[in-house]
Amino acid sequence: MKLTLKIWRQKGPKDKGKIVDYPVNDVSEDMSFLEMLDVLNDDLVRKGEEPIAFDHDCREGICGACSLFINGEAHGPGRMITTCQLHMRKFKDGDTIHVEPWRAEAFPVIKDLAVDRGAFDRIQAAGGFVSVNTNGNLVDGNALPIPKADADTAFDAATCIGCGACVATCTNSSAMLFVAAKVSQFALLPQGKVEAKNRVLAMVEQMDKEGFGNCSNTGACEVECPKGISLEHIARMNREYLAASVTKE
Amino acid sequence: MSKLDSKIPEGPMDRKWTDHKGHIRIVAPANKRRIDIIVVGTGLAGASAAASLAEMGYNVKAFCFQDSARRAHSIAAQGGINAAKNYQNDGDSTFRLFYDTVKGGDYRSREANVYRLAEVSANIIDQCVAQGVPFARDYGGLLDNRSFGGVQVSRTFYARGQTGQQLLLGAYSALMRQVGKGAVKMYDRHEMLDVVVVDGKARGIIARNLITGEIERHGAHAVLLCTGGYGNVFFLSTNAMGSNVTAAWKAHKRGAYMANPCYTQIHPTCIPVSGTHQSKLTLMSESLRNDGRIWVPNTLEDAQAIREGKKKGSDIPEADRDYYLERRYPAFGNLVPRDVASRAAKERCDAGFGVNKTGEAVYLDFGAAIERYGKLEANIHNIENPSPEKIKELGTAVVSEKYGNLFDMYENIVGENPYLHAMKIYPAVHYTMGGLWVDYNLQTTVPGLFALGEANFSDHGANRLGASALMQGLADGYFVIPYTVGDYLADDIRTGPIDTKTAAFDEAEKAVTDRIDHFLNNKGTKPVDDFHRRLGKVMWDKCGMARNAQGLQEAITEIRQIREEFYRDVRVPGSASEFNQELEKAGRVADFLELGELMCMDALNRNESCGGHFREESQEMDGPQKGEAKRDDANYAYAAAWEWLGEAGKATLHKEELTFDVVKLTQRSYK
Repeated sequence: MKLTLKIWRQKGPKDKGKIVDYPVNDVSEDMSFLEMLDVLNDDLVRKGEEPIAFDHDCREGICGACSLFINGEAHGPGRMITTCQLHMRKFKDGDTIHVEPWRAEAFPVIKDLAVDRGAFDRIQAAGGFVSVNTNGNLVDGNALPIPKADADTAFDAATCIGCGACVATCTNSSAMLFVAAKVSQFALLPQGKVEAKNRVLAMVEQMDKEGFGNCSNTGACEVECPKGISLEHIARMNREYLAASVTKE
Repeated sequence: MSKLDSKIPEGPMDRKWTDHKGHIRIVAPANKRRIDIIVVGTGLAGASAAASLAEMGYNVKAFCFQDSARRAHSIAAQGGINAAKNYQNDGDSTFRLFYDTVKGGDYRSREANVYRLAEVSANIIDQCVAQGVPFARDYGGLLDNRSFGGVQVSRTFYARGQTGQQLLLGAYSALMRQVGKGAVKMYDRHEMLDVVVVDGKARGIIARNLITGEIERHGAHAVLLCTGGYGNVFFLSTNAMGSNVTAAWKAHKRGAYMANPCYTQIHPTCIPVSGTHQSKLTLMSESLRNDGRIWVPNTLEDAQAIREGKKKGSDIPEADRDYYLERRYPAFGNLVPRDVASRAAKERCDAGFGVNKTGEAVYLDFGAAIERYGKLEANIHNIENPSPEKIKELGTAVVSEKYGNLFDMYENIVGENPYLHAMKIYPAVHYTMGGLWVDYNLQTTVPGLFALGEANFSDHGANRLGASALMQGLADGYFVIPYTVGDYLADDIRTGPIDTKTAAFDEAEKAVTDRIDHFLNNKGTKPVDDFHRRLGKVMWDKCGMARNAQGLQEAITEIRQIREEFYRDVRVPGSASEFNQELEKAGRVADFLELGELMCMDALNRNESCGGHFREESQEMDGPQKGEAKRDDANYAYAAAWEWLGEAGKATLHKEELTFDVVKLTQRSYK
């Protein structure tokens, strides 16, 4: 197929960006979206032009590195997939495709389509852990039975890949789904209960400091999340946060 | 020939590690504050090591090239992690896990290291549970297990098909806790481009800030390389796009020996290559072979008709199908180990029986499983004389329940419904057992330079068992290096901070900037990937699933040609002082072009077949084992450690003789 790509180009964090048109021919429907960009980049390098910068790594939907906003949707058309799992058979010959980076104040553009998601790491460092040191004398793993339903729900929350699609999708650039996934995972498990209050307060405080917006419950994040993380986790975080706020010492 | 000192402790196998830990030197808490450690890579080995060492009081600097430590490729491991917990009461033990691992490695690993791995495996599970890793649990709330990779016990812990992700996020959270405390300084989007050796000791690294392009010097009293494997030398592999050998290769060029580089694991069930645009290959879990039957057509005419699209797999009647694994290995059938299944697929495709347009695919068919499960379900639900359609419907539901996520993944990539048409699969490069040579303390031949996880060579021999990579990464990081590094650092309590304004740092930095300048000023005509793809093809064709002397010699010549042309004709756009992904790739491919030659040299030297390394000259010539791999214990029961001699293609072989005090060497047979 033949396609027209309209791609955001931006030299560096402080430069002004713009949309540039690129016609691409001979696109096979078996290609992934990122492979289609590889072919375009190959061509640009041969012509002596600057290739398009974009983040990617595992190319199987689990590392969370890839991050494109395609035709107005995080990770493009299709549900429960990342951009690396999007294949060109989702498009038609002659289509025009708009490709932009994640747009959020807390995710500044580094170059072209690559953004800085360091804010997520800082939120994690604020409280996204259980305070247990490495220790060869811990109690046996089975000394702490956990109801299967709780373990399964905690797992559902823990599948977050930290890609930032929730933020990019949200009209307020809110990171609530990302933060809630981690808060919720630990809130559901006995190991996480000890520090639950401090955790939710610290992570939310850091989230606010990073410049993410508020949640207005539109639910768009859940729709675009490649791991289908549920809004219920945001509700759980709100309960945790409220309880922690009124009972903190 | 120098003698490699593996530093295996004296004493009986099951006492070695305990005694060793009890006797090696340690660093007092007040002195740990005066010691800096660099950890390169933040996968399971790196994140767990960095977190543990910071908890102990050392000053840690952690580096990763990804935009976050959480994205290291350990994240992609699917199946699980082994541990000798014996929760299933099926007779598992430290000894059995040790024995299975040595045997699975085709008797080319170091017994003492493997025993220690088995010994600490149970601690790993406890540690991860304490961190809040949501392992699968049964209805009683206890940890669940499954069996894996042909062993006879159920010892694999898992978190659905995302075990690597959950374990890595556990280690990452421990790491980020230390980052929050200031005990670890995290350098993401930084790539290590050289090791700095001062007076024979590793004293720091040169790293490039991938956003600004700045070249940075970092000093430390010890450097830990936790940088994964080098499967991307094949261009196409199941590794992440960024996975590379650069850190390990730079260490090699600074004096660290590279051991058994030819040992590559090729996983039998991956989605086949669809075209020249292909950037990576996707693994389908080994568990599919429990119910899927692997076949190709009996006749070349049918195979050709399928390749041309004139026939479909379903058009081939049962009698005209060759279930070649069941035919060749009646005892194990479709569940032979990874290396055997991969070679058998290649043999059929090379003979012209491949079933996709590239000729490199075989069928993995669930038709029989759907029918079997369908009939079973009909019985369970008391449906008398069910129609074939009903059987299919019931059976499909069972298969979907077991493997639904994998079937969805397949359909997403291939665009064909695997419930209706048999899946097409082909082997792909997945893991590298070889790596930097390390002693029992995980120290390389450069004092102060350690290698952990897939980056070292010691535990998996010539073939790794399923669910053992995660175990080794975490064992090294959580439970081995925190002890062994102290023995080395005990000499450094009075050293003081490492000065980076010295000649050794000057020289290393200059080597890095010279190379970057070369690429940017080269003004060639072809992009980096062009050369990488050609290197990968040579490696796959001649140093892949089957190797022979002639092919390996040809490969060495071809790699040299590609390397020469690469330096002459590669084009790297942009500048050094910006985010420049082509420049990053150029440096990595330059190292692959040198590593590839060493892999071929190693494969050429090892004129035996063992594990993932199959030399066509060394196979059983007749009898019931005809065509099977033939190991040569008399001549090759050693680890081959290569010393860099100043330029690619020149290396000296050092042998670490492998002695087996506990395990008896036998031939692996699956007939």
